[in-house]
Amino acid sequence: MYVAVKGGEAAIDNAHRLLAQARRGDPAVPELDVAQIREQMGLLVDRVMTEGSLYDPDLAALALKQARGDVVEAVFLVRAYRTTLPRFGAALPVETGAMAVARRISATFKDMPGGQVLGPTFDYTHRLIDFALAAGGDPEPAAEAEPDSDAGQCPRVTDILGAAGLLETSPPEDGAPVGDLTREPVDYPADRALRLQALARGDEGFVLALGYSTQRGYGRTHPFVGEIRFGKVGIEFVPEELGFPVPLGAAALTECQMVNQFHGSGAVPPQFTRGYGLVFGQSERKAMAMALVDRSLRAAELGEAIVSPAQDQEFVLAHCDSLQATGFVEHLKLPHYVDFQAELELVRRLRAEHAALHEKVETPIREAAE
Amino acid sequence: MSPAAALPQTGYNFAYLDEGTKRMIRRAILKAVAVPGYQVPFAAREMPMPYGWGTGGVQVTAAILGASDVLKVIDQGADDTTNAVSIRRFFGRTAGVATTTRTAEATVIQTRHRIPETPLTEGQILVYQVPIPEPLRFLEPRETETRQLHALAEYGLMHVKLYEDIARHGHIATTYAYPVEVAGRYVMDPSPTPKFDNPKMDDCPALQLFGAGREKRIYAVPPHTRVRSLDFEDHPFRVQRFERPCALCGAEDVYLDEVVLDDAGGRMFVCSDTDHCETRRDAIAHGESA
Repeated sequence: MYVAVKGGEAAIDNAHRLLAQARRGDPAVPELDVAQIREQMGLLVDRVMTEGSLYDPDLAALALKQARGDVVEAVFLVRAYRTTLPRFGAALPVETGAMAVARRISATFKDMPGGQVLGPTFDYTHRLIDFALAAGGDPEPAAEAEPDSDAGQCPRVTDILGAAGLLETSPPEDGAPVGDLTREPVDYPADRALRLQALARGDEGFVLALGYSTQRGYGRTHPFVGEIRFGKVGIEFVPEELGFPVPLGAAALTECQMVNQFHGSGAVPPQFTRGYGLVFGQSERKAMAMALVDRSLRAAELGEAIVSPAQDQEFVLAHCDSLQATGFVEHLKLPHYVDFQAELELVRRLRAEHAALHEKVETPIREAAE
Repeated sequence: MSPAAALPQTGYNFAYLDEGTKRMIRRAILKAVAVPGYQVPFAAREMPMPYGWGTGGVQVTAAILGASDVLKVIDQGADDTTNAVSIRRFFGRTAGVATTTRTAEATVIQTRHRIPETPLTEGQILVYQVPIPEPLRFLEPRETETRQLHALAEYGLMHVKLYEDIARHGHIATTYAYPVEVAGRYVMDPSPTPKFDNPKMDDCPALQLFGAGREKRIYAVPPHTRVRSLDFEDHPFRVQRFERPCALCGAEDVYLDEVVLDDAGGRMFVCSDTDHCETRRDAIAHGESA
């Protein structure tokens, strides 16, 4: 005799205990602590902060530990925590021109004020597994840079180009409050600020693939890396009762300014256009992909035909969020037997009708049935 | 429910959401009630459960729940499916409200994919979890377009789709999430309930609220509102019929789950609404012993 399945509650508890055990792994192996993850899995922490829209390396590291290293799950933990935080205001826009650069490169000019600074990068490493690393040990110390007359003078390449009128300028600050897609539902068409917010917190893999698609002809934008810079910038906030900015701290950011093919009109002489990327920590891949997609999403504004996914803001914005995507994809594992039963009933009825029809009419009108 | 589990979890507001967020959601609900079937955008928050697992319903429930409410949560009609258990516990923990499995005792019922068999009454609120609130989404993927179609009450696309079903299959091939017209104006997605449940929405004395978290939409059917399933004169709307009654309680005219018993084609059909089935079996047992 069939008895309806009971005991969901106990099963859930047991599954969670099993999960905690699986997270810990072999107890004979020392447990990871949060500081180890923060320091030695830094790029992973950066990604969780970027897609989690919350700058807190310790929290991101803890989320990664809790999530067994699953990035999307860690982003989820950070975001769910973020929603509960009170908002006391918005910081002033960060001045990336005043960044203490740890890395700064341009692909458009061989040299410029501040120079090319390679900094910590995987570029030009040979991707050979370093078996010696398995044994651990301290790395060779890096060379200290000579003090340079340009030190601290690192204007953005886009400002240099912009000064000569060759590059479109940013629209002037109009003082209007910037939208926040975590506090208001997106109303299409979304403005550029909202699009950049969505791209910044969008899934790295998805944004990367979209950016890549623009390079392969699906909404081509002829990009050049004007500049990529990574380093710390100060965060300032103006408390209402003081009326002047006070520093809150510093955040490590990667900024990418993409310079794209020119655009002009009867009124405006031809000039290069821009795509912009900005993420927490060091992630050039994400910042560059974001800048490519940002530029593609400006198709309507620049009078370009919208023919490719990366140019279609409803497509990009509605699908770039890893939490929304994973939630809806994975919800398919929830029970659907009520709906499936409805489909079963219909298919059975259609099959019965089909069989009845074929019994009645033996061979003719096969063609008509196709 | 054990008393320990009913203690509110410290560190969070009553029913998890902060009061500002609840007020924002209540405003959206009021607007939704005022314009039946219209999808009201709202600033859905990131919840501690995944998108697609009922975050919209959970936010609506959190916004309307009071300390004296009695909450019932079902998934596929059952109180004991894992996601229903998880959501019921969430509110047990964060709001400390009383929970029940009895449809008649509940003041708020959150549901996924079913409407209870026991008729709802005045004062009850049914909260649906909605994955895709837009009934026209699979006919027109663009939000900018579908909003315009709703504004103009231009539902030709949907009728063409239903007509094409008939031309191709001889039947309307939509068996769940069957589109309805609310109060003679908006075409609405009833969430993926089987069309069997559609007639229960019509002139229902309870308030019906629909929450879609990922898609950031809330809509509503106020009590005693006309809800008409779309159809054609020569192909009137019909619900599924099961050939046999529930194998456990003998109920007819209810929605059944098919349970596979063995690998030799053995099947049995039982009520999808577990509370309804248990209530009937209790009554039968008492009737027999009396």
